[in-house]
Amino acid sequence: MSDKVLMKGNEAIAEAAIIAGCRHYFGYPITPQTEIAAYMAKKMPKIGGTFLQAESEIAAINMVYGVSSTGKRVMTSSSSPGIALKSEGLSYLAGADLPALVVNVQRGGPGLGGIQPSQSDYFQATKAGGHGDFRMIVLAPASVQEMAELTIKGFELADTYRMTSMILADGTMGQMMEPVALDLEVKPAPEKPWATTGTKCSRPHNIVNSLFLAPEELEKFNFERFERYKYIEEHETMYEEYMMEDAEICIAAFGIAARVSKNAVNEARKQGIKVGMIRPITLWPFPTAPFAKAAEQVKQIITVELSMGQMIDDVRLATGCKVPVTLCNRVGGMIPSPEQVLEAIIEANKNGGAK
Amino acid sequence: MVVFDKPKALADVPMHYCPGCTHGIVHRLVAEVIDELGIEGKTIGIAPVGCSVMAYNYFNCDMIEAAHGRAPAVATGVKRADPENHIVFTYQGDGDLASIGMAETVHSAARNENITVIFINNAIYGMTGGQMAPTSLPGQVTQTSPYGRDVKHCGYPVKVCEMLSELEGPEYLERVTVNNVKNIKNAKKAIKKAFQNQIDGKGFSLVEVVSSCPTNWGMTPAAALKWIDDNMLPYYPLGVYKDRSAAKEDK
Amino acid sequence: MAKLYFKTDNCKGCGLCIDACPKKILRLAPDKINKKGHHPAEITDQEACIGCAFCATMCPDCVIKVER
Repeated sequence: MSDKVLMKGNEAIAEAAIIAGCRHYFGYPITPQTEIAAYMAKKMPKIGGTFLQAESEIAAINMVYGVSSTGKRVMTSSSSPGIALKSEGLSYLAGADLPALVVNVQRGGPGLGGIQPSQSDYFQATKAGGHGDFRMIVLAPASVQEMAELTIKGFELADTYRMTSMILADGTMGQMMEPVALDLEVKPAPEKPWATTGTKCSRPHNIVNSLFLAPEELEKFNFERFERYKYIEEHETMYEEYMMEDAEICIAAFGIAARVSKNAVNEARKQGIKVGMIRPITLWPFPTAPFAKAAEQVKQIITVELSMGQMIDDVRLATGCKVPVTLCNRVGGMIPSPEQVLEAIIEANKNGGAK
Repeated sequence: MVVFDKPKALADVPMHYCPGCTHGIVHRLVAEVIDELGIEGKTIGIAPVGCSVMAYNYFNCDMIEAAHGRAPAVATGVKRADPENHIVFTYQGDGDLASIGMAETVHSAARNENITVIFINNAIYGMTGGQMAPTSLPGQVTQTSPYGRDVKHCGYPVKVCEMLSELEGPEYLERVTVNNVKNIKNAKKAIKKAFQNQIDGKGFSLVEVVSSCPTNWGMTPAAALKWIDDNMLPYYPLGVYKDRSAAKEDK
Repeated sequence: MAKLYFKTDNCKGCGLCIDACPKKILRLAPDKINKKGHHPAEITDQEACIGCAFCATMCPDCVIKVER
């Protein structure tokens, strides 16, 4: 077994990015993710990398666009209001088919909101990252170890599919400390013949661009991109099932909400309630299949979220509304307690699935 | 002997610009400089949003199309990805550089980012059909200032070179124009220096080119060039606004 | 002797070359229309051309090649 180090979630992301070969980080300070920038500011100059504090979130994402155009691994990180500012850049990255890693350590909103943990950017990340038809691969870690592993996975997926991977964490995941094993494997980056690194006067010029004025051409690129998305949905969906074999009630939760819910599931099991949990690890592509299967087996699904109910829509779509899907939540920076989730489980068990 | 021909770095395709638009002249000057410095193979150009959005089709070096106003940030990324081997220039209009992208402009200058910025100031938004620009002159009639730019209502034009010259950061700032042969030769000299500075690692070099927009100014190409002399240059005087290396040599 | 070559189909008929010519030997061909639909620039007296390249310097579309 490898040696483990005690790290904050945010630091684990930063260290994993370096392990993944990322040597360019651009960011702008915002709580609760600033440790990533601070870590990079310390480390990058010592390993020949670039840390640059940008004048804004908008500038930071466009610096990412610039480095990515040259084919190098690059990242930025922020928190909810800052990610909103990056929306323009996320859309351009998608339109130009550029790989990038973007981290959102979510805080409560809307507006300036608060600085405490939240999951209320689920819609933003999975459905509305910016203008136009596009997707981002959205990864939701539920431990500091996963913060590190999914960061590396995020870079690999971004390069493979030429798109943005987003780590959708939250303030708790970013701030909590856990032991992490960092002997992580990294797949080598693929060749990038499209990169703008100078023609050396030995090939036609490369153009990184998202402007296509001919509608037929723009349509073709959109169709092509969505073919790729379909392949990703079929091959890259990740989730964890917990005690689902005989479950009659199913919890749906990701990130910090899944950690809280696991305790509640364990407690309910002690009380003889047959409850299990499905934890999406990729929020896009969403793990539709396990929820469709669960809908044939359980009498009720409870989504536990730090939002007013966002993932619940995807769960309902996945289950075709065959079973009641209810919400157990706290918002504004509050976190549901295991007791609150347990109560929701007991209630569902009593009512036999009727809402 | 050929004394004048299209430079190699300029693609052999017709440009979409309106008849008499000076974008074509400035494109050619940039390409001539790239040829003369022998840097086409390592140059990466950043096109803006605006009339020159499709500049990526007109240069034979690698090209990137940036979001509106963000070219200096994109250029920062490209330059820092490989500072030794990338020569990076942005080509931006007044709306792009001096309005929506002002933060990116000022901060890349303040950082003395080692890039070359070609800034086309024609005092109007061309691509969208002639709206008021941050550099439109007081009283100038545009689609969105139909009664003339009223400075009491929407303020004064931004003088980019003067403003940036107050910063410690930038290496070189010069305002030129291309409305006659002599001015074109001066403009080329400035553009060449702005690239040479980057090669020499001196830092942020911006050349503001006072340009014409015959279509949206509503004049003939020749009248538009005269309008530069009569109206633009009194407000935007030509000259070197900052040249740190030259200033050091003087001392 | 100087000689001008015109990439006639790239000409947009803006006329900036005409004003720049010190010998006043350029014009927009009144009887020709190029692919773009413009009257393209042409030289009226090749013998009188001094090859100063002012025309080509002013041309926004690299229409004119100059030999001397």
